[in-house]
Amino acid sequence: MPAPANSTASPAAATASNYLTEGTTLKSWLTTYDHKRIALLYLVSITAFFFIGGAAATLIRLELATPAGDLVTHDTYNKLFTMHGVIMVWLFLIPSIPSALGNFLMPMMIGARDLAFPRLNLASWYIYVAGGIFTIAALIAGGVDTGWTFYTPFSTMFSNTHVILVLVGVFIVGFSSILTGLNFIVTVHTMRAPGMGWFRLPLFVWANYATSIILVLATPVLAMTLLLVAAERLFGLGIFDPALGGDPLLFQHLFWFYSHPAVYIMVLPAMGVVSEIIPCFARKRVFGYRFMAYAILGIAVFGFMVWGHHMFVSGSSVYGNMVFSLLSFLVAIPSAIKVFNWTATLYKGSITFSAPMLYALGFVGLFTIGGLTGLILASLAIDVHLTDTYFVVAHFHYIMVGGAVMAYLGGVHFWWPKISGRLYPESWGRVAALLIFFGFNLTFFPQYLLGYGGMPRRYHTYPPEFQLLNILSSAGASILAMGYLLPLGYLGWSLFYGKRAGSNPWRATGLEWQTPSPPPTENFAHPPVVSTGPYEYEPQTGTELPQ
Amino acid sequence: MIEMFHFLPASASGAAARFDLLMLALMLLTGAVALAVTLLIVWFSFHYRKGSGADRSDAPAGNRIIEVAWIVTPLLLFMGMYVWAAYDYAQLYRGPANAMPVFVVAKQWMWKLEHANGHREIDELHVPLGQPMRLVMTSQDVIHSFYVPAFRIKQDVVPGRYTTLWFTPTRTGEFHLFCAEYCGTEHSVMGGRIVVMPPADFTRWLQQGTSQPGIAAHGFELFRRHGCSGCHSAGSSVHAPDLNGLLGRTVHLQDGRTLVADENYIRDSMLLPKKDVVAGFEPIMPSFAGQLSEEEIMAIIEYLRQTGAEHASASK
Repeated sequence: MPAPANSTASPAAATASNYLTEGTTLKSWLTTYDHKRIALLYLVSITAFFFIGGAAATLIRLELATPAGDLVTHDTYNKLFTMHGVIMVWLFLIPSIPSALGNFLMPMMIGARDLAFPRLNLASWYIYVAGGIFTIAALIAGGVDTGWTFYTPFSTMFSNTHVILVLVGVFIVGFSSILTGLNFIVTVHTMRAPGMGWFRLPLFVWANYATSIILVLATPVLAMTLLLVAAERLFGLGIFDPALGGDPLLFQHLFWFYSHPAVYIMVLPAMGVVSEIIPCFARKRVFGYRFMAYAILGIAVFGFMVWGHHMFVSGSSVYGNMVFSLLSFLVAIPSAIKVFNWTATLYKGSITFSAPMLYALGFVGLFTIGGLTGLILASLAIDVHLTDTYFVVAHFHYIMVGGAVMAYLGGVHFWWPKISGRLYPESWGRVAALLIFFGFNLTFFPQYLLGYGGMPRRYHTYPPEFQLLNILSSAGASILAMGYLLPLGYLGWSLFYGKRAGSNPWRATGLEWQTPSPPPTENFAHPPVVSTGPYEYEPQTGTELPQ
Repeated sequence: MIEMFHFLPASASGAAARFDLLMLALMLLTGAVALAVTLLIVWFSFHYRKGSGADRSDAPAGNRIIEVAWIVTPLLLFMGMYVWAAYDYAQLYRGPANAMPVFVVAKQWMWKLEHANGHREIDELHVPLGQPMRLVMTSQDVIHSFYVPAFRIKQDVVPGRYTTLWFTPTRTGEFHLFCAEYCGTEHSVMGGRIVVMPPADFTRWLQQGTSQPGIAAHGFELFRRHGCSGCHSAGSSVHAPDLNGLLGRTVHLQDGRTLVADENYIRDSMLLPKKDVVAGFEPIMPSFAGQLSEEEIMAIIEYLRQTGAEHASASK
């Protein structure tokens, strides 16, 4: 086990001074440079945005319980799914694991005192909140009906809603992503503890490192694309609208060049979280560590070359589409490696099933289904039928909700004792995890069938033969909503009444567990020195000290 | 209520049967992978739960041979699926020469369709059973998508260019037509139906109520009215390219490019005449952008297509 010189801080010392007690005024929070406090600022803000986006989803599922449009108008419905998509993608999923958990953990996992640029880190949060509030205000005040994809020429010349305001909001939020990515890259390169070689990095660090590279390379393309949309909408500069001499497919190429890698921005950190949880609860070294690290890099690189698979029926070249289809099949390989290796990690383990492990195993199952249905969509002839139907909606929710959100919640539970210094109530944690798993499947599995049946996405009203499956989906959504609300209650409760966690309640091996919970502002009393790999678990003997 | 349980679309085109077979194969393959992963997770979780008496000696931390094996095996299987799906996809875009044309103009939020003899429809398309069809489509405003689930086909309809969709109906009946690309307020009601009729019924239906001239005749009328014939006819004093039999002909351009004249090329030549100037000619043609509707442009192209057919039969 990588042990810092002084790893057994007494509980008394832990309560005496830690990052939470460093300052208690609002000002002390809003002006902090401590990566852990900034992580909590992110945690609170993304949670707020998550529930706003969830409220839009709730209204969508309520409306779709009947074939007729009887709850809201066409325009309101279109604004609701746009709001849901914009908020969930840019204000929740993309920042979720990197900015909240990553901010807290990246420095601790590599044995550093903070990120490389603490002030930039705080600036990122302010940029994020400014962009977020701007976006939400525009969405709630007037709304936008373009869908989160802003397809041209509808968004530039035809929509009568507040497109520009929302574009500006998303544009601003993008800079927060870029700066966070930059901060992580420099931190991992320059601030690893003595002995922490690249192949001793926890996979969570690898995943967030690869994600950061995507953030830095892809987000500027989104920013440019949004500027071009604004130029055409505001000044009539003919870029995308053929009536002005533009090309509408150019927008799709630019948008998906960012937005496909953005899927990996969401799911790579999730893979990182799961790669920490499964070895810990199987008491076993992760299977095929190097393959896992290479797979992460492979996904990050190949993820940039598959954007065309969003455009198989758009009118783009048949031969170009064949290349994109082939590359989309290939990008599945590193993901498959990861699934097989997580499964093999369980082999000959000594497995317990606390809430984080339930989330992690749920992630593996749902991500597998989401990934395999992605291969069905990558198959050219079949995509002609399935694209722009509910099959696609189901597929990407399996990746982003069944995958990324499950892992995010697993991570929040796993590191909650470290973050708060308290244990959450385990049985409630398990109940919520199971509710979310079943609610999720009931919500989204019927949508695969709807898509195969031919129901197009973004439909406010639909033919009556699709009602039964829509009712199942809406019923599932109500269970899912309960599952998401529960942790808000018991995690909040545990902040005040939860049992003290001690420094390492899971007997996990990462450096972050070698310091008191909650950690002191400087993270480690003495800078740690690393002498072994990241997952030195022994299933049989249990050499870790009991708490 | 009973119709709630019949959500699967009928299989009513040549492509639908091929699609369903491929889908079945993919579901079996992906299902097998998903089942294997799930069963292993459940079995390991049970067998190696904490406190069980399972043998845990020599637990591996990696195994190069196994890892390579589970990369290569699925790769080969899925490459087979890739080739199969790509082949079927290519077939969709290789329409038969005898396909019957229908001209489709989409706008917020309706489908306007016109048969070659000038019979027009809105949000409905009648087609004869077993007859290969070719839909030439464009949009007047935003992007739409022509989607018939029972045929398993979909094609985006893009402003500023033509996209083409081929299908052969294999079953009579009425089937949903949907717009599948989000296009604004009434996107979800921008649909209608496809009616597949026995060929004799279709012929009778097609003759009813057409006081219009056929599309090509309409195109000829436009060709004269807008003065195209003034320059592009054989006896003209203005030096302009001969348009007889233009569709499908190889055209050499002034900047050295060569292309095969298709609908998109002719459309661009009318609206953006300076884009593709033919070698040996002055760029003197004015643009007709804003003067011709999408339907009129399609009609002129059909007239030019017919001159090609006459040209070919005359030279035989």
